[in-house]
Amino acid sequence: MPNWQWFHRLGSPKWLLITLDRWLPWVLGLAFLTLLLSLIWGLAFTPPDYKQGDVFRIIYIHVPAAVVALAAYYAMAIAGAIAIIWRMKVADMVLRSIAPVGAVLTFIALFTGAIWGKPTWGTYWVWQDARLTSMLILFFLYLGIIALHDAFNGSASGQRAAAIMSLVGTVNIPIIYKSVDWWASLHQPASIKFTEESTIALEMFQPLMIAIPGFYLFCLAAVMLNMKVQIAHNSRNNSWMIEHAKIDS
Amino acid sequence: MHPLRKQRLIVVLLIVVGSSLAAFFIIYALQQNLNLFYEPSRVANGEAPIDRQIRVGGMVAEGSLIRQANSLTVNFIITDFAANVAVEYTGILPDMFAENAGTVVTGFLSESGTFFADQVLAKHDENYMPPEVSAALDSAKHKANQLDN
Repeated sequence: MPNWQWFHRLGSPKWLLITLDRWLPWVLGLAFLTLLLSLIWGLAFTPPDYKQGDVFRIIYIHVPAAVVALAAYYAMAIAGAIAIIWRMKVADMVLRSIAPVGAVLTFIALFTGAIWGKPTWGTYWVWQDARLTSMLILFFLYLGIIALHDAFNGSASGQRAAAIMSLVGTVNIPIIYKSVDWWASLHQPASIKFTEESTIALEMFQPLMIAIPGFYLFCLAAVMLNMKVQIAHNSRNNSWMIEHAKIDS
Repeated sequence: MHPLRKQRLIVVLLIVVGSSLAAFFIIYALQQNLNLFYEPSRVANGEAPIDRQIRVGGMVAEGSLIRQANSLTVNFIITDFAANVAVEYTGILPDMFAENAGTVVTGFLSESGTFFADQVLAKHDENYMPPEVSAALDSAKHKANQLDN
């Protein structure tokens, strides 16, 4: 007989808050360590690119931000599906906690891409480009989900609408990922390949392989912090929360 | 599974599958418009409209870049190794613009087949390597060529 106790505990905001508090310093600490290591390595100790020179180093921000922005969307949509099917309050809080983190990540990817685009392509932005446009749509999807969720004074209908929108938006993720292969785009195809040899030199690839988990951890920490805010907000009239807030301050 | 939850699960799957199908049909209908630029072969096939602003993209053919002596006008050939498009452009080229590298140009295709560009962008490829590696690759290529001869 499997032990389902942990699953039922997820329904208890008090238990969840205490657990988040216990794990948060570790996740945050590990995130800072990996980010610091990868950024110092990538920005100071990796050789420059043969064509782009030092401009290529933006890869250590741009690629991890984009990768985690896409992955976070799936995590958010899965939370949305769970919220719809099982009506779990926690799933809804996860959805609302991921959305702003994903929006910021998408913005970072767009912004660093534009900064890189000027010296390499000769322009910050091109309209009608499949990769650039689908990424911009992802940004608006994240913003739309936040807006819908908080509409109708945070009622259940707004939350359900946000969950449905997150499910509809999943179709955009494979489009973003494959856009550079399916259509003629100014953006280059992926350098990190899963089925053949990657077209990025190993010494440039190593810091990137640390930066990506670093971004994952940092975003996990940000989502956990957002979860705490959600729990505090939802339980603001409960006596245990008032007691908890007194201990914290 | 509880029948109500099963029903909701089906609704969730229908939303995902339905929106994916809708997106597929939209993209299928817009297929050509989603390309940022025309490849030279498609220009050669007559697919690109004449005297309308379009983009053409491909590789800058080796040895084709000619700078005019007393102006900023440059001529070069964009190739996809199946067809060529001759381009004329007056202005400053981006730093990364080079022969044997990708480019995307915006402008007008003339009746004569020459493309008059008013914007030239460099398209970077997915190869990332340190300068020494690139130099080593070049010299290896050079040696291989000598052996062939």
